Amino acid sequence: MHRIGVFVCWCGTNIAATVDVKAVAEAARKEPGVVFATDYQYMCSEAGQALIRQAIKDNALTGVVICSCSPRMHEATFRKTVQAAGLNPYMLEIANIREQCSWIHKDIKEGTEKAIILARTAIAKVMLNKPLTAGESAVTKRALVIGGGIAGIQSALDIAEAGYEVDIVEKQPTIGGKMTQIDKTFPTLDCAACILTPKMVDAAQNEKIKIFSYSQVEEVKGFVGSFKAKIRKKARFVDENLCTGCGDCTSKCPSKKNKNEFNLGLDNRPAIYIPFAQAVPKVAVIDAEACIKKKTGKCGLCEKVCSAGAIKYDQQDEIIEREYGAIVVATGFNPIKLDKYDEYAYSQSPDVVTSLELERLMNAAGPTQGTLLRPSDGTHPHTIVFIQCVGSRCDDARGKSYCSKICCMYTAKHAMLIREKYPDTDVHVFYIDVRTPGKNFDEFYRRAVEQYGVDYIKGMVGKVIPHDGKLLVQGSDLISNEQVKIDADMVVLAAAIEPDPTARSVATMLTASIDTNDFFTEAHPKLRPVESPTAGVFLSGVCQGPKDIPETVAQASACAAKVIGLLAKDKLLSNPCVARADESLCSGCSVCQNVCPYGAITYEDREFRIPGPKRSEIRRVAQVNEAVCQGCGACTVACPSGAMDLKGFSTKQIMAEVDAICR
Amino acid sequence: MQTEKEMANDIIRRSGVNPLKCMKCGKCSGTCPAYEDMDYHPHQFVSMVQKGRINELLQSKSIWTCLSCFACIERCPRSVEPAKIIEAVRLELIRRQGCNHLKSDAIPELLDDKLPQQAIVSAFRKYSK
Ligand SMILES: Cc1cc2nc3c(=O)[nH]c(=O)nc-3n(C[C@H](O)[C@H](O)[C@H](O)COP(=O)(O)OP(=O)(O)OC[C@H]3O[C@@H](n4cnc5c(N)ncnc54)[C@H](O)[C@@H]3O)c2cc1C
Ligand code: SF4
Ligand code: SF4
Ligand code: SF4
Ligand code: SF4
Repeated sequence: MHRIGVFVCWCGTNIAATVDVKAVAEAARKEPGVVFATDYQYMCSEAGQALIRQAIKDNALTGVVICSCSPRMHEATFRKTVQAAGLNPYMLEIANIREQCSWIHKDIKEGTEKAIILARTAIAKVMLNKPLTAGESAVTKRALVIGGGIAGIQSALDIAEAGYEVDIVEKQPTIGGKMTQIDKTFPTLDCAACILTPKMVDAAQNEKIKIFSYSQVEEVKGFVGSFKAKIRKKARFVDENLCTGCGDCTSKCPSKKNKNEFNLGLDNRPAIYIPFAQAVPKVAVIDAEACIKKKTGKCGLCEKVCSAGAIKYDQQDEIIEREYGAIVVATGFNPIKLDKYDEYAYSQSPDVVTSLELERLMNAAGPTQGTLLRPSDGTHPHTIVFIQCVGSRCDDARGKSYCSKICCMYTAKHAMLIREKYPDTDVHVFYIDVRTPGKNFDEFYRRAVEQYGVDYIKGMVGKVIPHDGKLLVQGSDLISNEQVKIDADMVVLAAAIEPDPTARSVATMLTASIDTNDFFTEAHPKLRPVESPTAGVFLSGVCQGPKDIPETVAQASACAAKVIGLLAKDKLLSNPCVARADESLCSGCSVCQNVCPYGAITYEDREFRIPGPKRSEIRRVAQVNEAVCQGCGACTVACPSGAMDLKGFSTKQIMAEVDAICR
Repeated sequence: MQTEKEMANDIIRRSGVNPLKCMKCGKCSGTCPAYEDMDYHPHQFVSMVQKGRINELLQSKSIWTCLSCFACIERCPRSVEPAKIIEAVRLELIRRQGCNHLKSDAIPELLDDKLPQQAIVSAFRKYSK
């Protein structure tokens, strides 16, 4: 005999304002099997939970229904509550009368009616609940970090610091990310290399950290605590263990006219190259598309000059398989392409540059050795116009709807640095809003205006017209209500940023979710900002949303703390609401295996007793690996024999719910 | 007689433009080739229609000097389409007066080979409703 208790929560006025909670409790009490029903202001409060525990004991309840907020919010809380009173935690059902009822109805009569139906549905289900026990699975004490920018490096260092192994997989030949290309950093203006290089070296030297550079994760299988990843280590045609990074090969290579990615194509590099002096690992890499030997079989100069014998023209990609307990996504960002914004003449004049290109033009390791010169003719620019929000805050198909968050600050930085180094240069900044929240940020921007005399113009540029080696900038000055025309030597575009183009495929591989802009989604925007909704997958840096370095590093460390919390566990409790095949019904057709997104289903030959002279037969039947199954239920609807069922969500339970709604 | 507010609502409806989408960046006015010949500028049209200040716009020079080149529509980052609002204000006047500034029969005489097609279309937009 079932003895069900029903607890109706007011959630303050959240529920009680649109649902007559007393009427819901009253109606529930009349349902068969219900022996106790009550309402209370806040069921999740300590007092509310005590009330539930007491009622379980006093009334010898065998099942509990709580009519409250979404189970996403408090199912775990209430499972613990009923468990503390001696019930199996899975003898609990939640009727969501907040998100799915009180919040979307205005009329109290309608709301109450619906809440009563939802309550009776949960009661019908709980009558069929069976006690379930969570299984256990082991935790591989190693983390995988995808992306080796400042975010990935910081997360890896912190995880290693706690004593766990970490692998960083970076697709470029060196770790460091965008920060390696930045000259100085706001708000303190310290040089990016000076603060980043020590961290890159730390990562390389830490014996807990393994760096797979020029590599990509190709496949991830498994689940939290026990992921299996395939990493493709691309052939760099140089033996990483032998190369000393001396660079002799790079100066001898005759194929010299290849776009230098590190300087964003503003100068050239040889076919064999080391991205920059502080690269980690400091190992050469051959660009097979540019190498004469790879293309024609002739040349081979680098092999001759390399005293370490490190050049291996026949090196192949290598596939490495490793196991991990947790995965950190730190795939970062890129500035958007500007081909859709040709009103700013980016494709028409080399003197129209992006802000990241400007970083290279101001950097000592850049194409101009740190002297700001016009790319077109190498002369000093005397008038520079900055345009903010290029491609950000757009409502059209060309741009991004969001604010890129970092460009107001780096534009102020650029303007200030230029005014300081070249006081004879006029600097104008067109802005829509100047957004500088952050510690010492607004002070920084005001310094650019008040101390360095940067001319901030409220308005947007309509167009840039290249003419006679100059750039005519035509824009609005909304404060003086005039259209201004500035004859500039250079124009700098603060291009919007967007997630790395691999974000989508990485998300698919990890079954993690991304938003419409391809930024990774967090498990809860406020309360779980560094976890993805997929268990065991964590988020670090700009891959989750636009951020500057201080925020990136803070998030990277927060992410590491979450990873450490997971790796510190020896066992994980798994979700017992998993699929199970009824062997007597299964025909071994393989349909379920094909639909299972987690690869949880295998088949086994089993001997079954049958009537007749043969007495037994061997049949192939489905087996669910309970540690792998995530309880998604795909197999249960796909199975043509009706053999698959989900514990805790059986077909019978769901039909009972439907019946209760339709009653 | 309609109030200014009613006129504004008509103009908004007729133009299909939602002035609330404007983020007041001024790119429309920054790009407008007829800016110097205007008393009210494209971004002001958007803002003034939203506020219901129609009478001033009806008297403005801008409704006749706008070239209907659509540069502002092309470049507005918020897809506001200011030229459509300007056109809707102009229509308010043309419809009210019920008169044509130019008869279509008179047009062929005014054409010469150098006139861009867009200017012809623009002229019709203004004078031959
Ligand atoms: C012009 C400009 C100036 C800036 N100036 C400042 C400043 O002064 N101060 C400041 O605080 N911030 C500044 N920033 C912001 C700063 O660059 C970022 O906050 C920071 O780089 C974010 O780090 P990240 O690791 O999240 O991303 P990234 O630096 O983009 O690193 C991501 C890394 O992951 C790798 N990766 C991507 N996908 C994969 C994959 N599928 N597999 C393997 N590896 C992958 C990438 O190759 C890259 O190395 C500036 C940004 C720009 C554009
Ligand atoms: S073999 Fe290729 S990389 Fe080496 S020197 Fe020749 S062209 Fe350059
Ligand atoms: S940070 Fe500033 S420049 Fe960048 S998109 Fe936001 S408002 Fe525009
Ligand atoms: S360009 Fe668009 S968003 Fe900007 S002021 Fe003009 S109408 Fe408003
Ligand atoms: S359509 Fe009119 S308002 Fe818009 S840019 Fe052209 S001339 Fe200016």
